[in-house]
Amino acid sequence: MNRTDALDMVRESISSVIPGADVAALAPDDAFREALDMDSLDFLSFVEVLSERSGIRIEDEDTPRLTTLSGSADFLVARTR
Amino acid sequence: MAEFTMPSLGADMDEGTLVEWLVGPGDLVRRGDPVAVVETAKSTIEVECFDTGTMTKLLVEPGTTVPVGTPLALIGPAGERRPAPHAPEKGEPSEPVEPRTPPEPPSPPPEPAPVPASPAARPPGHVDAGPLVRHLAEQSDVDLGTLHGSGPGGRVTRTDVEHAAAARTGAGPPRARVTPLARRLAAELGVDPATVRGTGRQSAVHASDVRRAAPGPSAPAPPASAAPGPPSAARPAEDRAAAMRRAIAGLMSRANRDIPHYHLSTTVDMAAATDWLHEHNRRSPIGERLLPAALLLKAAALAAREVPELNGFWADDHFTAGEGVHLGVAVSLRGGGLVAPALRHADTLALPRLMNALKDLVTRARTGRLRGSEVSGATITVTDLGDQGVETVFGVIHPPQVALVGFGRVTDRPCAVDGLLGVRPVVTATLSADHRATDGAVGSRYLTAVARLLQKPEHL
Repeated sequence: MNRTDALDMVRESISSVIPGADVAALAPDDAFREALDMDSLDFLSFVEVLSERSGIRIEDEDTPRLTTLSGSADFLVARTR
Repeated sequence: MAEFTMPSLGADMDEGTLVEWLVGPGDLVRRGDPVAVVETAKSTIEVECFDTGTMTKLLVEPGTTVPVGTPLALIGPAGERRPAPHAPEKGEPSEPVEPRTPPEPPSPPPEPAPVPASPAARPPGHVDAGPLVRHLAEQSDVDLGTLHGSGPGGRVTRTDVEHAAAARTGAGPPRARVTPLARRLAAELGVDPATVRGTGRQSAVHASDVRRAAPGPSAPAPPASAAPGPPSAARPAEDRAAAMRRAIAGLMSRANRDIPHYHLSTTVDMAAATDWLHEHNRRSPIGERLLPAALLLKAAALAAREVPELNGFWADDHFTAGEGVHLGVAVSLRGGGLVAPALRHADTLALPRLMNALKDLVTRARTGRLRGSEVSGATITVTDLGDQGVETVFGVIHPPQVALVGFGRVTDRPCAVDGLLGVRPVVTATLSADHRATDGAVGSRYLTAVARLLQKPEHL
């Protein structure tokens, strides 16, 4: 997966969990969980969706890497390489 | 003849707006069936019926706001009145999917079903059709939502309905009945109601069936306009936010005025719970993973069963114990505000079920689709503010309940462990309790039970 696709996938996954979230306004290094007021249930859904779409099994231990758009995209790129 | 009245869906509710009927005159209803959608200051709620019988007359039209206690409909004994028979009934094979027919032995109706004051059993604006056409559609079991109106401006005409009814009798299996709410939800969620397996009477498709059939969060995101906060059927969003603020203000003022709170706090070692949780999650597919909240809620519910003095209501100068542990869960809404719907019988739910119930409850709280029994039935409430980053909650009780349990963030702290200093994950559990109902000794027993239960996560 290239980085652009990965970023898109992260954005789409967030949007599907938080309908109406202004994902376009997120900067690559914003902590989106705080920015979008996501609670742990929202975040779990996000991980679930991202895992489903990318085909990557995401462990609890991986989740600290999923705090920003760019961090999440890097994670996806690294795992699918 | 029983009356179905505007229920009180919480101590803070004085009036409600009937948004939608989920049943029509002549329908058999059972105690516990959702029969109407009511909007309160705080949420939109599916209201269940408290009687079993036949809906004989709808007294209030959708869109009307009435005080709590106002009769909304009349319910006669089952079989007392039947709806007029309709064409598709005849010659139909005895399939389980048979629309709009009560499961009674077929016998000629003693009298035709009463016609409601307004046959508009759909929310206004749902489909453009006149009252007579709606009534005809009801009688012929034709769903207006599926018709393309041939009248001016796409208005559905009598002929449209007759054609549809004729077409259906002539060919094809009878369609399963779909409640109006389910149909609207299906449209919102992009689900074809025809493909949904109904769990209602005669396989009627209820909103919950549609939700189950929805592809879940992996579905394409709905357009932003369909999104945030509970859908407001009768009020614009700003009024709604203000109304919710007023409702919370009223309830919390009452709590602080009437309830002599006492507050207790304890620090709970979460090492065992956290380890168990990680191990569980490592072994489980993502969809079955648990959050710490599930363990905390289960422990809170089991402790409430152990200390029933805290599980119930204070009213008329005495305490009444709750029948079962229905754990109110404080859910903050995205547009601001708060609801605390109940996880019913939370003490009996195995963790995976509790987790699913929690996900479902939070989703519905945020999309405004709670049940009446969930909104009003909590016997004790838990607020978990761990996600917000705080360590300690000093809660305000939701009257008429007598206790509120608070959890903060699970966080690593230096602790004395076996005579040495160690770093352990801990959580601060607090209890706000009504001093009229209990004393500190009872509250202490409760928090001690919570702490003890969390040391054996495998038994939760």
